[in-house]
Amino acid sequence: MKTRHTLSRELVLERTWPFFIDLGVAAALLAGFYAVLWVAKFWFSTAIPEVEIYRSPSHLPLYAFYSLIRIFVAYALSLLFAVGYGYVAAYNKRFETLMIATLDILQSIPVLSFLPGVMLAMMSLFPSRQLGIEFGAILLIFTGEVWNMAFSFYTSLKSIPRELQEACTINRFSAWQRLFQLELPFAAIGLIWNSMVSVANGWFFLMICEMFPVGSRNFRLPGLGSYLQTAASHGDTQAMVYGIITMILIIVLTDQLLWRPLIAWSDKFKFENVESSNRITSPILYALRNSNVLGIINRHTFRPAAERLYAQLAERRERNLARAAKHSRPQRTQGIIFFMVMGFVLIAICIAAFHAVMLLHDVHVSGLILLLKGAAATFLRVNASLLIAALWTIPVGVAIGSHPKLANIAQPLAQITASFPATALFPLLLLALLHAGLGLGIGSLALMLLAAQWYILFNVIAGAMAIPSDLMEVSTLFHFSGVQRWTTVILPGIFPFLITGLVTASGGAWNASIVAEYFKLQDRTLQTVGLGAQISAASDQGNYPLLLLATIIMALMVVTINRLVWRPLYKLAETRYRLDG
Amino acid sequence: MTEPIIRAQQVEKFYAQPSENRIQVIAPTSLEIFPGEIVALLGPSGSGKSTLLRMLAGLSKPSAGEVLWHGKPVSASQINVSIVFQSFALFPWLTVLENVEAPLKARGIASTTRHKSSLKILDTVGLDGFASAYPKELSGGMRQRVGFARALVVEPEVLFMDEPFSALDVLTAENLRSELLELWQKKTIPTQAIFLVTHNIEEAVLLADRIIVLGRNPGHVRTDFKVNLQHPRDRKSAPFTALVDYIYKVLTRPDVAPAEMPVIEGGRRVRDQRQMHYEMLPHARPGGIAGLLELIIDLNGRTDIYRLADELAFEIDDLLPIVDAAQLLSFLRVEEGDVAITPEGREYAESEILRQKELFRKAALDHVLLLRQITRALNNKTDHTVPEDFFLDMLDEQFSEEETQRQLDTAINWGRYAELFDFDASRRRFVLPETEESMAAAGETEE
Repeated sequence: MKTRHTLSRELVLERTWPFFIDLGVAAALLAGFYAVLWVAKFWFSTAIPEVEIYRSPSHLPLYAFYSLIRIFVAYALSLLFAVGYGYVAAYNKRFETLMIATLDILQSIPVLSFLPGVMLAMMSLFPSRQLGIEFGAILLIFTGEVWNMAFSFYTSLKSIPRELQEACTINRFSAWQRLFQLELPFAAIGLIWNSMVSVANGWFFLMICEMFPVGSRNFRLPGLGSYLQTAASHGDTQAMVYGIITMILIIVLTDQLLWRPLIAWSDKFKFENVESSNRITSPILYALRNSNVLGIINRHTFRPAAERLYAQLAERRERNLARAAKHSRPQRTQGIIFFMVMGFVLIAICIAAFHAVMLLHDVHVSGLILLLKGAAATFLRVNASLLIAALWTIPVGVAIGSHPKLANIAQPLAQITASFPATALFPLLLLALLHAGLGLGIGSLALMLLAAQWYILFNVIAGAMAIPSDLMEVSTLFHFSGVQRWTTVILPGIFPFLITGLVTASGGAWNASIVAEYFKLQDRTLQTVGLGAQISAASDQGNYPLLLLATIIMALMVVTINRLVWRPLYKLAETRYRLDG
Repeated sequence: MTEPIIRAQQVEKFYAQPSENRIQVIAPTSLEIFPGEIVALLGPSGSGKSTLLRMLAGLSKPSAGEVLWHGKPVSASQINVSIVFQSFALFPWLTVLENVEAPLKARGIASTTRHKSSLKILDTVGLDGFASAYPKELSGGMRQRVGFARALVVEPEVLFMDEPFSALDVLTAENLRSELLELWQKKTIPTQAIFLVTHNIEEAVLLADRIIVLGRNPGHVRTDFKVNLQHPRDRKSAPFTALVDYIYKVLTRPDVAPAEMPVIEGGRRVRDQRQMHYEMLPHARPGGIAGLLELIIDLNGRTDIYRLADELAFEIDDLLPIVDAAQLLSFLRVEEGDVAITPEGREYAESEILRQKELFRKAALDHVLLLRQITRALNNKTDHTVPEDFFLDMLDEQFSEEETQRQLDTAINWGRYAELFDFDASRRRFVLPETEESMAAAGETEE
């Protein structure tokens, strides 16, 4: 209950600030409405097979807007899917193991190799509409965004304390109330951090899938990614710089206008008993919280709707209970239907898998040997890039992390840099490399390094900051030598963080290999030996059997490395090198 | 006699194991809860107190038997109950008022009514003015008041409490207890019965009209009696202390006739864990055992367990494992609620550290089968290493998954102390301390 004092203060506030805030919110709503109309007009127009991409900077805002829409539609879909998937996996014992194993594999499959297939399928679904290509792109971005979020939601659900669940049950919460009052709030923080990672991934893929050739067809969508690629293929450095500046602007604005307010807001979902002292603050969040318009909208739409929903759910529960008391439900037919549906799904999967294997029949043994050679080359390249990245990021990250003042400045910067899509820099970097007389062999390594290193840096800084100062004091007290300090305090201290960074970086590097090893620049096709190049080339030439086989090999390698290397290391980090006992 | 609100008929809980055996958590138990009484359920940890509470409240389905509410199965009746949890189980992202309103919301009660009754109950539990605070801004005692308000706002017929005061400090707990008793006695709340799970014996005697004591392995009712003391009850009065003493005796005396073990379908018999291969290792540390023995020597070698707990300000759950462990190693004898030190125990407590380890080693090998087996297996193998899994597989025939790990953890703790063997935590295997490799491992894994 608000006391009179706070009420009077609110009255004063009402006259000054919220008026402008409301104007701002209203303008934003109008703009949003107009944007929806604009996008709809474009999407439902007839398909434009080869959109002309203009290189003049005056087109950039519109292109950036289109790209943003794609990113956030894909993100919204990912969020819905992640919540649904995580929910079913956490509560349905029958499906849990299967669903989590699937998630694990889907996470490691190189998304980009599905580009041609998805695009062609979507084109045939919506043959005469621009919507088809748009959906194809959005679907691909979706697959790049969704898995970590689903996983995060699932683990959050699994770690809800038992007594909270019981409190819901004993108080007869409906599934909806449980979702909104327990499950979503409990998972919120994890979901928000993963959303940041996901959207960064989304940009990475967007840069590629706005413009690419499949066989004889050349797909193009107006957007930031296609702008940068067009600029690169014309060697227009100025346009490229404009594009990159726009990208940086978008990243910084998303961080300030979306993520920071969200993180500040999510502070109330922290499941801890004490209030933390240093919180992230956000003026945007303050503005939204004090906006009258939003308050009125909430009071007149959501709140009554929620009231009605809860009343109806309670009523339905009563009825169900009364019915259950009379006769028990026919469990058996449900079981039969379940097994029939599962049977059909299984048969469909088998048929599809069989056809896929039949496709592989067309690949010659020589092709396979080439693929394996490529796989070895890419494997070496990925690990070389990880090694180089680790070599420079560990000392730098530790140096930054152990100086609190420096860390306060550098950490948000590293975070923003990590969310900048490396693919946007590829054309520019490649031009520079070629200018310096280096081939794609070295070039691709540099590109993969660019895609991977920030994850490691970002995590090492966090790790170094987490080392308790008393451990550092002990090493000073006993006059540890430099080597001893590194081996007994620093390296074990950052180990869990380093592993997390390396796992993410390794995934990033594998995905980057598809783009980095094969590049079209100024009507030239640059390529080097590697699995990524083979995947790109196969999709370029429309050679689907080869594409499928290459994709399978890459997925297998990634899954195997995850199982054999990263997972045991992760376990070790979780058990032995945990600092909080 | 009045009709009971809840009647549990031969309810039991067990977990099926992959093998023929099953882990019995609660043996078939029948009990009734009548209107107008506060029932306290006491028992050592592992006696299934909380499980029993959850079965009565309809949260957990019994593996066999039935819980009836007013004569109808619990699953098919509209029961009105609440639980006050040990961890409070509040939603940290909701304000105090929203937390209290949540159960009413679930019942589809209109916003204004909801608001009014929530504010009223907050007033009743003394949280006037805290409605818009978040739980994390409150102290533990205040938080549990919110827990009580949330439980009482639905005017439950039976109020269940799962160790509601054990997360609070002594003074706060005392304060809350007396306030609860006042609400109950003045009939401020329409609740018909209160069912309280606790491991604090004094708390039970202070509050309850009836006390049920559970034994463990598997959980079963040891005794069920009425407390006929006038409120307010005086902790120092002779009848009070006599009752507390009696409960201590029941809890520490293992020789009460075990409950009859049932025959399950197919003629297989549920195994009573006391007849099983491995005795259950009490989870006590060797240092704790030595400390207890020294204290008993200071008390002339013989003392009352109740007094001991009082002296140490220990809860029964903390003290009993240490007493059990000392008894298992025959350093102690327990007779009628008293503990007496044995000559072995005296020698152990008075020796210096190396001799102590030697005596512990001998006692452990003599009395603990698991330690004997681990040592023998290590000596018989040529490489003097045995993986942990080997013993886990043997133990989980008999214990639940969680208990199996705890048993092994305790065995490792004892074995390391007694220098019987060492345990390589990174490779999850037992090793003999002589081998060079294990010395290196020991250096790394030392805590």
